[in-house]
Amino acid sequence: MTSASSGRIGVITFPGSLDDVDAARAVRYAGADPVGLWHADDDLLGVDAVIVPGGFSYGDYLRAGAIASHQPVLRSVIEAAHRGMPVLGICNGFQILCEAGLLPGALVRNAGLHFVCRDQWLRVDNVATAWTTRFEPDAEILVPLKSGEGRYVADSATLAQLEDDGRVVFRFLGGNPNGAANDIAGIASADGRVVGLMPHPEHAVDRLTGPSEDGLHVFGSALDALVSQPEAFTAT
Amino acid sequence: MPRVIVDVVPKPEILDPQGQAIARALPRLGFDGVREVRQGKHFELDIDDAVDDGALHRIAGELLANPVIEDWTVRRL
Repeated sequence: MTSASSGRIGVITFPGSLDDVDAARAVRYAGADPVGLWHADDDLLGVDAVIVPGGFSYGDYLRAGAIASHQPVLRSVIEAAHRGMPVLGICNGFQILCEAGLLPGALVRNAGLHFVCRDQWLRVDNVATAWTTRFEPDAEILVPLKSGEGRYVADSATLAQLEDDGRVVFRFLGGNPNGAANDIAGIASADGRVVGLMPHPEHAVDRLTGPSEDGLHVFGSALDALVSQPEAFTAT
Repeated sequence: MPRVIVDVVPKPEILDPQGQAIARALPRLGFDGVREVRQGKHFELDIDDAVDDGALHRIAGELLANPVIEDWTVRRL
């Protein structure tokens, strides 16, 4: 099933998700159709892309994202991602994608132990992923950051590979807020289809409710990716 | 019923700010000489006899610990 002319982007809701409604709103602002997906259902409802939103799925029990990464809907997302479906993980969604093995490394407790909630400048270091093609190279964007376990870590070999392959997609500017390795705010899979980031582009799509409209390009980029390759990754 | 203990600790190269905060608090309580604290997790599993060591290590490595950032040990009591 496909409807690439509009673009159907799924947004998963887990127990404890907080930002699924804002993510759906951002999808709508970008001109695509948001489709709600349920954590306990392995049916992706024929969507063309998936967003794993922020929040505290399963109360962050065990580790942030650990329980969610084993839910039925994630098994389907992993299969779809391996076929090239664009997947975006925001904040808790990023943690979930790392726990699920779709992205390397892990997110751990902020170095300063404090929950960080502020508008954060980022540089877009890779504008070739499915979620960043609408940005100018090295674009500097302002989006909210709100996380207590947002410090990206990986072993040195993984970090070197991410840097060598240009897979660091977003980098913190103006001071590292949480001690993340190499100021990393977001990374991509090797094929550039799966992206995870700690800051919240879905909260920066309307000046009435956010610091900028910079985040809108994330969702518009995915829409472009769907239109340019409508059949390659549609969920079954 | 057999009982199994799984202990999970952050890998040595992973900064443990919670452990550091604990270590810094100890001198304020009058306890000197503690050079480092690493904070981890302790799991107690009551299992059926049929659960073998292979399954226990998968439980530990695939769910209880994240091998990217944590080491774990499994021991039967």
